[in-house]
Amino acid sequence: MKATAWMGTDSVKVIDVPDPKIMNARDAIVRISTTAICGSDLHLYHGYIPAMRKGDILGHEFMGEVVEVGPQVRNLAPGDRVVVPFPIACGHCSSCQRGLYSVCENSNPNAGIAEKIMGHSPAGIFGYSHLLGGYAGGQAEYARVPFADVGPVKVPDEISDDQAVMLADVFPTGYMGAEMCDIKPGQVIAVWGAGPVGLLAAASARLLGAERVIVIDRYPYRLRLAEEHIDAETINYEEVDVLDTLNEMTAGRGPDACIDAVGLEGHHGNAAMYAYDRAKQVARVETERPFALRQAILACRSGGVVSVVGAYGGFVDKFPMGAFMNRSLIMRTGQCHVQRYTRPLLERIQRGEIDPSFIVSHRMPLRDAPKGYKIFQKKQDDCTKVLLKV
Amino acid sequence: MSHVDTVLLPELDGPVPATLPSTLGLLSLALGVGALVAPGPIARLTGVDDAPTARAVLPAIGLRELGSAAGLLSGRRPAGWAWSRVAGDAMDLTLLGRALADRGGERRRRVALTTLAIAGITAVDVLAAVRVSRAGRARARVIRMQIAVTVNRSPAEAYRFWRDMENLPRFMAHLESVRADDLRRSHWIARGPAGHRVEWDAEIIDDQPNKSITWRSLPGTRVPNAGRVRFVPAPGDRGTEVRVELRYAPPAGAVGRAVAKLFGEEPEQQVRDDLRRFKQVLETGEVVRSEGSPNGISVRQQAMQRPAQPLPASRR
Repeated sequence: MKATAWMGTDSVKVIDVPDPKIMNARDAIVRISTTAICGSDLHLYHGYIPAMRKGDILGHEFMGEVVEVGPQVRNLAPGDRVVVPFPIACGHCSSCQRGLYSVCENSNPNAGIAEKIMGHSPAGIFGYSHLLGGYAGGQAEYARVPFADVGPVKVPDEISDDQAVMLADVFPTGYMGAEMCDIKPGQVIAVWGAGPVGLLAAASARLLGAERVIVIDRYPYRLRLAEEHIDAETINYEEVDVLDTLNEMTAGRGPDACIDAVGLEGHHGNAAMYAYDRAKQVARVETERPFALRQAILACRSGGVVSVVGAYGGFVDKFPMGAFMNRSLIMRTGQCHVQRYTRPLLERIQRGEIDPSFIVSHRMPLRDAPKGYKIFQKKQDDCTKVLLKV
Repeated sequence: MSHVDTVLLPELDGPVPATLPSTLGLLSLALGVGALVAPGPIARLTGVDDAPTARAVLPAIGLRELGSAAGLLSGRRPAGWAWSRVAGDAMDLTLLGRALADRGGERRRRVALTTLAIAGITAVDVLAAVRVSRAGRARARVIRMQIAVTVNRSPAEAYRFWRDMENLPRFMAHLESVRADDLRRSHWIARGPAGHRVEWDAEIIDDQPNKSITWRSLPGTRVPNAGRVRFVPAPGDRGTEVRVELRYAPPAGAVGRAVAKLFGEEPEQQVRDDLRRFKQVLETGEVVRSEGSPNGISVRQQAMQRPAQPLPASRR
């Protein structure tokens, strides 16, 4: 089959690899119809996530048709149209049973390495480094889906591929980012990053009853999406000072909750601040550029929530712990426990409450994956989300 | 050596009774007390009662013996204290040699007899010290581990799975097979790199249903080993804390090196991985596999990942 493989920093190729086969009794094989490039795939592309190997198949957002199931999979049959959550979760460990699927205790066969870096191991993730399991990803013609009796959700005919594939990651991730804010009537929610996750976090904050939603980014075309589709207010951090503007907008209180949907490769309006963290990142003194996180903490209303759904991999410097502690802030975070959200969010799409596919800017065939990575990386052609059609 | 070691690995005591150091200690104690309390009679008995220095030297020897006794009876560094007795014997023989040279008649006869007796004791002390040292070195080679994992299953379920010893190779990576000969005895085969195989027979020596299982290899095994697993209810209704203690004593030489290879450079990590697999098998039904780690969790595999893409047909 054809598959998108990581070939080194800033290099992906569509290569020929063997077709996947059932390896565990609870596996299914899915023939992929639509798969997407995630912002976090760019972290892999840029070489910021350790333990990648040349030839690793990328992709953790995919959907398609079940073509084969293992002997222990009874809820799915060949022919079923399914979307697959990006975390691989067994459904039976304590974490899964508490709904914490992205920290499944069993799905990372390389848990030993992850423990050395993170203390304990999170779940395995499709196509997301050997640190998180060494699983082949879904930017391919076929994928093996472990624990197919737990993860994949059948998609009704009236839901399009473009809508359904949003349920693999970005919509649940954005939704969880908003849900962790514990939004109450009248509250103001600020979102750093107007990428797919940030836009869907902002849209979810609306669904969850936020009074005002403020989205912060530097690309006018993305901020326009936030204004047009979510009726959000926007701040371009290259034009104004974010903290001053947020204080002005909230009459000095600060947003009630701040969502970091940027993660480890942030940018900063101040060139010197950017250069400082970029230099440390290059020297491997620091692994992340946590501008959004620092700003979210400083901006947040005292006693408010900082919700982090942007991806981080290692260590951050200059964490404003003094502000965080003295102002009674709360931080909530996590890779999304997608399995918890797929069905309720599918129903919201069915009821017409939201169409998450408004973020999709590009659709192209799988063979053009390298081009998709390039334009997404460079933000060319007003790129927000690239879908690959198989 | 901890108490658990004695229970789990009696083979290690082998030809050296655990009581040997304390027997020597008691002997030292008797001699020491005698020399301190009754230097006069002892001087007469040994034929040195004519020397004015004997009254001063004998209590000093007594003190030295009491030191050895305290050391040997304390149980710490038994080999060192056993050798301290040998050193004391050498000193005594030197003194007796000089006493023999300038005496005659009855006294010379008594000194000669004493020398003979001390020489006999010296031989016993040397033998004992050699054995105690050897046992100490064997004990130093013993690898001990205590590793635990929490499994989301009841103690009864976890116990039942482990109690069927033939299940062990399903999660212990280095085991090729375990055959249960009867309810207590089993035959184990471990595989190592380059086709090295180590086989042994084991027996369950303590079986507390739903609580713990203790087993050890039978005497005569080249790699004495033993283990105990306890199944403790995890607080907060979170299943079972599976707590494993393992002991094994790789022999010196080639077999020892093969055993060391079997467990790699991180034996603890390997046992930890075994327990992770145990958890996977109990919670999910089998060992979890990925394209990068097609054989599931293993330290070696983690270090040498294949690319995360489907296996070629030839490797399935």
